[in-house]
Amino acid sequence: MSTPVTIPTDKLDNPAARWKSIALVFCCTILGAAAQILMKTGANHLKPGLMGVITNLPLFCGYALYGMSTVLLVLALKDGELSLLYPVIALTYVWVTGLSFLIFHDTVNPIKLVGIVTIVIGVAVLGTGGKS
Amino acid sequence: MTSTPVSSMLLVLVASFIGSFGAVFLKLGSAKLHGGFWKIFNLQLAIGVSLFMGSSFFFVMGIRHGQLSVLYPMVSLGYVWTLVWARLMFKEAFTRQKFVGLALILLGVTFVGMGS
Repeated sequence: MSTPVTIPTDKLDNPAARWKSIALVFCCTILGAAAQILMKTGANHLKPGLMGVITNLPLFCGYALYGMSTVLLVLALKDGELSLLYPVIALTYVWVTGLSFLIFHDTVNPIKLVGIVTIVIGVAVLGTGGKS
Repeated sequence: MTSTPVSSMLLVLVASFIGSFGAVFLKLGSAKLHGGFWKIFNLQLAIGVSLFMGSSFFFVMGIRHGQLSVLYPMVSLGYVWTLVWARLMFKEAFTRQKFVGLALILLGVTFVGMGS
């Protein structure tokens, strides 16, 4: 690993601002996961034809939540590092697995659980390391 | 259990590549918000969102066949590309925490794919 040449880009030197950006992406992933669940629900009850798509409330709400989660991501990126915040989106896997278990009664096997825990630890490590 | 077709891997790789550029444009567009929230309607963000939609198209095509244990981690390679673009374009530093955190996330996503 080479020694990075650090050129300050924005005001993320203080941990408080870094965690604020991470918290925004955190909310973004929860909304994104809820959007995916709603879209799956909508797809399961999809009636044929264009009207079937337009009048599908879960699908509509899913798209709306996706839009909101994107806005939160943009707000986070405004003051945060892209390379730090973008991988945090992997938390979506955690919420989707949890919600699928609660709502669709999908099975959660040990391998998946290990994966989820590993993702959470990875995000925690990212949170400790912004610009040096 | 069937093996994963190369075509699926290529589709998912393309998806991760397009998605990483989407992230770059989102970062570019987010800077405009320093001039107020309603600057959110700007060209860079429109391009970023379009790239994400294009990326999800390739992703959905890609995961129709093959094993998620192979394909999910390949999607997450988008995080690696993004790390490189962020360094090149925004002069963001490579830090040990970023490498370790990203490696753990890739490993975690691989496990989630294996368990799916």
